[in-house]
Amino acid sequence: MKKREIIFGAAAFVVLLSGCARKSAPASGPAAAAFGAAIVESSGGKQIGATGATLGQPVVVQVNDDQGTAVTGAHVEFSGPEGVTFDPAAGVTDSSGQLTTNVSLGPMAGRYQITASTFTKAQKKVDLKLDEIALGYQQEVGYQLDDKYCSRCHNPESTPEKVSNYDNLEVKPHPFTEGDTLNKMTDADLLAIISHGGPALNKSAAMPPYGYTLSKSEIQALISYIRIVSDPPFQASGMVYAQK
Amino acid sequence: MQSSGNNSLWKTLFGDPIRAFGVVSVLLLISLAIAPAKNYFSEWRHYQHQYLKLIRGRGDAVTLQRHFDGGIHQIWLPEINAVDRCTTCHVGLKEASLSDVSTQPFRRHPTIPHTSEQFGCVMCHRGQGAATTVEEAHRSTLAWEQPILPARYVESSCGQCHHTALTGTPQLNAGRELLARAGCVRCHTIKAQDGSTMKATDDPPSLSHIADKTTREWIYAWLKDPQAYAVTAGMPNFKLTDNDARDISAFLISNSTPLPGDTVTVAAAGKAPDPTAGASLYGESFCASCHAVQNAAGNVVGGNVGPELTRVGSKVRPEWLQAWLKNPRIYDPETAMPHYRLSDEQVTMLNGFLKAKADADLLANVHLDAATPDQIAHGKLLVTEYGCASCHEISGIKKPENFAPELTRVGSKPVTQLVFLPGMQHTLPDYLSNKIRQPRAFGSALKMPQYNFTPAQIDSLTTALLSLTDRSQTLPMSLAIAAPAASHYQPAGKAGQLINDLGCFSCHAINGRGGDMAPDLTWEGSSVQRQWLTEFLKNPNTLRPALIRRMPKFNLSDSEINELTDYIMTVYQTPAFDRDSMPQAGYPAAQVEQGKQLFYSKYACQACHIIDTKTDKGYVGPTLTQVGSRLTAAWMYHWLKNPQALRPGTVEPNRNMSDEDAQALTAYMTTLKGGKPTTKASVHAMPATLEAKK
Repeated sequence: MKKREIIFGAAAFVVLLSGCARKSAPASGPAAAAFGAAIVESSGGKQIGATGATLGQPVVVQVNDDQGTAVTGAHVEFSGPEGVTFDPAAGVTDSSGQLTTNVSLGPMAGRYQITASTFTKAQKKVDLKLDEIALGYQQEVGYQLDDKYCSRCHNPESTPEKVSNYDNLEVKPHPFTEGDTLNKMTDADLLAIISHGGPALNKSAAMPPYGYTLSKSEIQALISYIRIVSDPPFQASGMVYAQK
Repeated sequence: MQSSGNNSLWKTLFGDPIRAFGVVSVLLLISLAIAPAKNYFSEWRHYQHQYLKLIRGRGDAVTLQRHFDGGIHQIWLPEINAVDRCTTCHVGLKEASLSDVSTQPFRRHPTIPHTSEQFGCVMCHRGQGAATTVEEAHRSTLAWEQPILPARYVESSCGQCHHTALTGTPQLNAGRELLARAGCVRCHTIKAQDGSTMKATDDPPSLSHIADKTTREWIYAWLKDPQAYAVTAGMPNFKLTDNDARDISAFLISNSTPLPGDTVTVAAAGKAPDPTAGASLYGESFCASCHAVQNAAGNVVGGNVGPELTRVGSKVRPEWLQAWLKNPRIYDPETAMPHYRLSDEQVTMLNGFLKAKADADLLANVHLDAATPDQIAHGKLLVTEYGCASCHEISGIKKPENFAPELTRVGSKPVTQLVFLPGMQHTLPDYLSNKIRQPRAFGSALKMPQYNFTPAQIDSLTTALLSLTDRSQTLPMSLAIAAPAASHYQPAGKAGQLINDLGCFSCHAINGRGGDMAPDLTWEGSSVQRQWLTEFLKNPNTLRPALIRRMPKFNLSDSEINELTDYIMTVYQTPAFDRDSMPQAGYPAAQVEQGKQLFYSKYACQACHIIDTKTDKGYVGPTLTQVGSRLTAAWMYHWLKNPQALRPGTVEPNRNMSDEDAQALTAYMTTLKGGKPTTKASVHAMPATLEAKK
């Protein structure tokens, strides 16, 4: 009698626990009217925003079928690391096969990978991963300085509104996203070349010194910005000890 | 039964005096132990234990351990009324080596220009600083308490002290700019600590003579949906009913009085104006520097100083446009639009070109019967009720005072005073952003119109509003960093009138007043040579090849040019040096050669500037092909020594140049005369452009 009670109790407990567990039903979403085979980015990837703030441009994704034609009425869900929010977080694609969401990044500066997923007819989940970058205070200062001073040569893209001389320079400056090169330079190297110009590291004199124009904290802000936008991401080598 | 049971318990415990003494002692001991036990099992002690566990496994455990100091920590700053114990749990805030730790409360604080010893934590993050539990510190349970400020709005806290635009707070800066530009402060008062009020920077037109300018049908369509006419329209949507829009348009037309001279009959064109000539005149006059047009792809291209012109042909009366293009200051003496000295033929050409920018669909479905006196009276009532005169001048209607709630301290408004919509989070930031997003959702009788803000703009506005706290009004004056006083500089005399007439301030700043599209002219008189300035005003060419916004040609008369040149050369001089203190020519050939070497090798100036148009490709700074005819030698020398001293914020870096190098470069540059003076053809022929500098 007692044994049966225990077994019954245990069974009830297990049932109870499973009820507490996260809904494990396949998250195919509210009855999608249509299914696609692939999900692609329309716009809004690789944006730079402030920590916690809404990105300047919405993220737009498109669901296509296996012919590459846009699919209307497909269900799309957005997800991201802790702190990232989407408005809306899920929805169905419109008549042009697209879904638009406004993304707010988390409270820590850094790279955030967000995921847009949809389900195929066979209930297979397909994902699209997009990288967005959140700037903290220091990187934000660096971003503003880059926009004013550096991007006039270091930005490979030149527009009538924002002219960059990149294409006209014989020795090409390194775009700040060029992690393969810039990640090999130490903070001290970057500080030297920004403060004293190219010749400080035996590089082109076309890189002028900014040590008499920018303050040291501004140059450090620039370095922290260069580190955060670098692709592949920058990893400080070795143990970083507390600095006093 | 009950009472006898109680009695027996009482007897058991206290029947005997010795036993009673023992029981009381035990009770006393237990009650004395409650406080230490609560302290021992407190949340903060738990977090400090966790922190010690976290750092134990790290490479620099010993250093971190040495920095760690257990117990409750408090930052007390009587001057700003801060008592913060946040660092009791947030123990790793200053540990640079914890930059990889993302779990709270052990994250390192991002690098900012202040320390917690200066300002504490709550001043920026809000919350209850004196609390020692997570719940009490971060959430508000009582009416006077503040919840933690979400990270997305944290820039608002900088704005409590900093009333200037900071480099690191773009969201706050954008929000403040929007408050002024979107017209918010025309209805809502925002006062600074010194009692001054925030001024609007938009320029809504006067409606007193509106019938000269446009039709009642257009007003109706515009009132119903301003963005249907122009996607960039700053006018918000008041969600008027058809009848209300009909009556307001009836009132505005009947209230309008004709203004002598603001309409000119367009000469019945003997020959149809040539559309391509109109387009090229529009281009040559650089209308697009200020006015935008939506292209076929839906992109809005052009400046935002003046209104968008995509469908202007459906709006304005040709007679009015003719007079406006001839001299805009008759209709609006304060307009930013320059008074181009266009010939009648040019005006007709431009008028025809703009007239063609029409959209037949815009007014296709607007059919208004003649207005009745009742409708006009109702329209007048509506105009008063909606506070139209807060923004627009309307004859016979007084600008309302305190039309909407004052926002001076809105960032500290207690949550108990707010009305929330169902489903909204009950916090001040959520209230503000929702109110901006959809004002009418809070009550159909509310007057606040619907704006077209993007989510990022709403975040910016909310941030700017959250900076308007009680604290921002009560800070010790020593902490407040006031915004620079607005400049009301007005040049004197005939030249001053010309400067106003040409709208110079719309693009150029002088003594702190004016726009930033073109170079600051405060010290132009020390900078340029008289002959060059005369030629430039006669026929502006461009010093910056890559720029799309350029100085237009105003067709000034010789006497006007003389007037302007005299004034600029005499008045706009820097006290730092004498314009004529260095010779314009006659430097030794060796020094000139040395300067050239320095230009191309040591300083690599060709990375940004062009001297030889065949080989140099520097499109960042102004072209220097004729710099020897343009700038004074003294200006060149002092500019090379320290550009920011002459124009704060200029992009050219300070090279910390020796006197000798600066002299040699100056000597070289004085020899660059660039051939013949500019001719009309050179505007297009010469790649080097104009003098729009930053």
